[in-house]
Amino acid sequence: MTGTIIWTIVILAGLGLLLALILFWVAKKFKVEEDPRIDEVEKVMPGANCGGCGFAGCRAFADAAVKAPNLDNHYCPVGGNEVMKKVAGILGYEVKEKAPMVAVVRCNGSCANRPATNIYDGAPSCKVKAALYSGDTGCAYGCLGCGDCVSACQFGALTMDVTTGLPVVDEQKCTACGACVKACPKSIIELRAKGPRGMRLYVSCVNKDKGPVAKKACSAACIGCGICLKTCTKGAITLEGNLAYINYELCKLCRECEAVCPTGAIHGINFPKPLDKEAVKARIAERNRKAKEAAEAAKAENKEAQQ
Amino acid sequence: MKKYIVSPNPHIHAAVSTRSLMLDVIIALIPALLVSVLFYGLSELLILALSVACCVLLEWAITKWMLKRPSTIGDLSAVVTGLLLAMNLPATTPWYVVVVGAVVAIGVAKMSFGGIGQNPFNPAITGRVFLLISFPAQMTDWTVPQGFLSIPSCLSGVDTVSGATLLGKYAEGGVEAIAGTDYLQTLFFNIGGSAGELSAIALLLGFGYLLVRRVIKPWTTLSIFGSVALVSLIFWLIDPTRFTDPLFNLLTGGLILGACFMATDYVTSPMSTAGQVIYGAGIGLIVMMIRYFGSYPEGVSFAILIMNMVVPLLNNAFHQKKYGRN
Amino acid sequence: MKNVTFRIGGVHPHDSKLSRDCAIETLPLPQTVYVSMAQHLGAPATPVVAVGDKVKVGQVLAEPAGFISAFVHSPASGTVKSIAPRADIAGKMVTHIEIAVEGDEWAEGIDLSDTLVTEIPADRAAVLEKIKKNGVVGLGGATFPTHVKLNPAPGSKAECLIINGAECEPYLTSDYRIMLERTKEIIVGAAIMQSVLGGCPCVLAIEENKPEAIQAMQKALGELPYTNIRVQQLKKRYPQGGEKQLIDAVMRRQVKSGGLPISVGAVVQNMATALAVYEAVQKNKPLITNTLTVTGDCLPLEKQHNYLFRIGIPLSAIADYAGGVPEGAAKIISGGPMMGKAISNMDAATVKGSSSILYLSYDATKRGETSACIRCGRCSDACPMGLEPFLLNRLTKAGDMEGLEKNAVQDCIECGCCLYSCPANIPLLDRIRQSKVQVMGIMRARAAAAKAAAEAAKAAKQ
Repeated sequence: MTGTIIWTIVILAGLGLLLALILFWVAKKFKVEEDPRIDEVEKVMPGANCGGCGFAGCRAFADAAVKAPNLDNHYCPVGGNEVMKKVAGILGYEVKEKAPMVAVVRCNGSCANRPATNIYDGAPSCKVKAALYSGDTGCAYGCLGCGDCVSACQFGALTMDVTTGLPVVDEQKCTACGACVKACPKSIIELRAKGPRGMRLYVSCVNKDKGPVAKKACSAACIGCGICLKTCTKGAITLEGNLAYINYELCKLCRECEAVCPTGAIHGINFPKPLDKEAVKARIAERNRKAKEAAEAAKAENKEAQQ
Repeated sequence: MKKYIVSPNPHIHAAVSTRSLMLDVIIALIPALLVSVLFYGLSELLILALSVACCVLLEWAITKWMLKRPSTIGDLSAVVTGLLLAMNLPATTPWYVVVVGAVVAIGVAKMSFGGIGQNPFNPAITGRVFLLISFPAQMTDWTVPQGFLSIPSCLSGVDTVSGATLLGKYAEGGVEAIAGTDYLQTLFFNIGGSAGELSAIALLLGFGYLLVRRVIKPWTTLSIFGSVALVSLIFWLIDPTRFTDPLFNLLTGGLILGACFMATDYVTSPMSTAGQVIYGAGIGLIVMMIRYFGSYPEGVSFAILIMNMVVPLLNNAFHQKKYGRN
Repeated sequence: MKNVTFRIGGVHPHDSKLSRDCAIETLPLPQTVYVSMAQHLGAPATPVVAVGDKVKVGQVLAEPAGFISAFVHSPASGTVKSIAPRADIAGKMVTHIEIAVEGDEWAEGIDLSDTLVTEIPADRAAVLEKIKKNGVVGLGGATFPTHVKLNPAPGSKAECLIINGAECEPYLTSDYRIMLERTKEIIVGAAIMQSVLGGCPCVLAIEENKPEAIQAMQKALGELPYTNIRVQQLKKRYPQGGEKQLIDAVMRRQVKSGGLPISVGAVVQNMATALAVYEAVQKNKPLITNTLTVTGDCLPLEKQHNYLFRIGIPLSAIADYAGGVPEGAAKIISGGPMMGKAISNMDAATVKGSSSILYLSYDATKRGETSACIRCGRCSDACPMGLEPFLLNRLTKAGDMEGLEKNAVQDCIECGCCLYSCPANIPLLDRIRQSKVQVMGIMRARAAAAKAAAEAAKAAKQ
């Protein structure tokens, strides 16, 4: 009996030792020499492996960043400036700070604004639906509501609002990795600058139909009237194919466009005070009046000078 | 304006659903269930009811409180698991053993893997094997309860009901112990054994129904029978005094129940014809190895469980014959 | 006669040929017709008329814009009102020519008599030119330009012309009706195509559920002077009318993956196409009419119709003429219930390939709740291409493009057998179609890259 126990222990111990030796030898023999900085960089990465940087994962990013001559083409949207500073510290590079971004859903075609015209009964996937037909509402551009963006989001930042049927972005959780932008077959979601204290203005519509058609399909549609374009003093708004677009780099968040939009397609969010449309309109009217007077005065002056 | 439905093609669907398939399996089990209830009486009926109720309740509870998903009991697969589990138990099984079996079958073997379609092992068999190992005494007590509605002797044709199955006798005493048994009688009625082992004819009747309804394909079952017959024939020819003959092996024990209803479970069997044949052959071989050389008298459950492990490999190895790609 | 069928997969949906005994009626012209520029496979045609032009019936409205493209003719006489994008049945914008109908004045050179012309012109090039000029495309569903198919690339030889009369889709009866009512014209059309292809054997393949059509064809064959044309009875099975399946059934040959039917010596044309070829060649009549079935499980028998319609009539006009959309209709389909397209826009105009307006009730068409895959293998048993839809679905979810290509997702013919037979109602085909498009894109890109590399190497050598 004791003999059996002793033999068992001896054999197991011997076996263990032998296997350990083999493992040790294999690890030594097949070791791949790697830049140790790759590990260091990977350690400071968020570890989400979301692919928002354009690489397969955090390790791939670290590998590429170490090999790259500078960090101009390497930016981790999830970690943001903080992580990039750390990465730059490890690698001894300069890092350009980028404005924090956030995903913005540019469609307000809720069930109330945009009534359904048929019932979709296929696979619950925007991709499938978009390939099949123009959608279950009169708008061929808007959100299809199957939530491809929600399932693409790794951070749980997107949810479908049950009452509106539209996706909602949780700004706290959104890392601007861009997965939802790629997932949306209608290109509704855009990465926009988060803005100071989260304040931002955008056109919540992507419908390029002519005004009456768009309006018939959805009461919150941009009808391409161009009033916002005329109002904007910063030249931040462009109108293309019956659709207005606000360039967030030029926008100064004065909210005048939001006040004048006849369909409410322009959304301002996270502003501390609710928009006083009448006051803003009065302000614009006043400015226009003054400008007109100034123009007339200039004209008169011109005439006098000519005479 | 009326809103019409829009979807990709096809726009019609065959009259088949998971529920209808499971219902067909339940219908196919009815002859065997009837025989067992007639033979073992009310106690068998209670075991069946308890097992089914436990399985269904458990699945409902797990989906509701643990997985927080819509309930899946409507597809009747839990009923099938409950019935098959009960058909593998002796009629004298205590109630708590049945409950433990249901917990293992549904809770461990099925739901912990994600529910229907995800389980690598057949739930009913996992439950039975767990019980066989944990409660060996209760699980091999084949005495017939003499109670209400019990009419054993008039149906079985034998006056006394023995407490051991033929395979049990063989495992204990070798070929001599079973000498003189009329196998053909076992075709209609086995002496002792669990509900699923009683009548070969009743089980085959159900199997035929499943084939006619195209619920299952026959390849797995035929392959098991063929492999059991072949292996036992070889051994029997080598030494008929030590090994039992093919007919005995085909008709006794849980082979027919296992081959017709357990091994053909969609989820845990291969999908290609070639895979099914290999899977069946493997089961047959393992069954015969356990019966001839193992310490357990019967090995159908073990054989199916072992071959369940091979299924993913078989699914990877064998594919459908493709059009224009030879 | 021995019944034949294809060897892999297939399903047996209920026949439901409710409108089989409804003789073809001629549909009157509405006040406006809309002629789509994308009625055929390939590049949309280029309009050659301008707004305000007066056009006659049969006049060319648009010319082909590429090798695989087709002529489009006016189905009505009147004035061109507009040339503008208009929504098709799926709400996608396609250029349409709008014509305000005035009278019914036909262009010159079109033989409007009913006389059967059995003499086949010998000049092959002239016949092909007539087929092309008259805008004939395949009417079996794919609307592939017929003249291209009848003119195989040098080096390939047609060994068998199969005229597809399977009509394996449930409900549809338009092919069945023309086989009964235009029997001889179809056979002459088949004989024309046979002679164009160099006199190969011709098989009229018809499913067994249409015995009257088989009899009519056999009787007419006896009365006509052509040789080497025979009728082949097929078992009833879906998708028998699929090109690849029909070739397998009739010739016992299988087209290699990515190959054309002509690579195994087969040319498949539809019954309606044969009729269109007859009219184009013998009567010089362009493809401006087709036969269409108005049917459905929720439509009373007396409201079921087979119509001869002018291509370009809006679907809603046909539905109104036939008595309106029935109360019980939950889904309206253009084409058969297995492969047809659900209509989301009834104002869309009919096109050359329109073969039916099918009304299905809620119970017949609503998809069931999706549940988990139970690995029953019914989808792979049903797949006529021998694919494993459950596996392709899984690979699609995982985004494994390599695995999808290895498992031949690109071979999918989108027949719908997998989804039809899935007990768990998993939208297999919906997803597989997506990955098929993606994989084919990858394959094309790879082929283009390989071609470019080969050319670069060639240039470097020189």
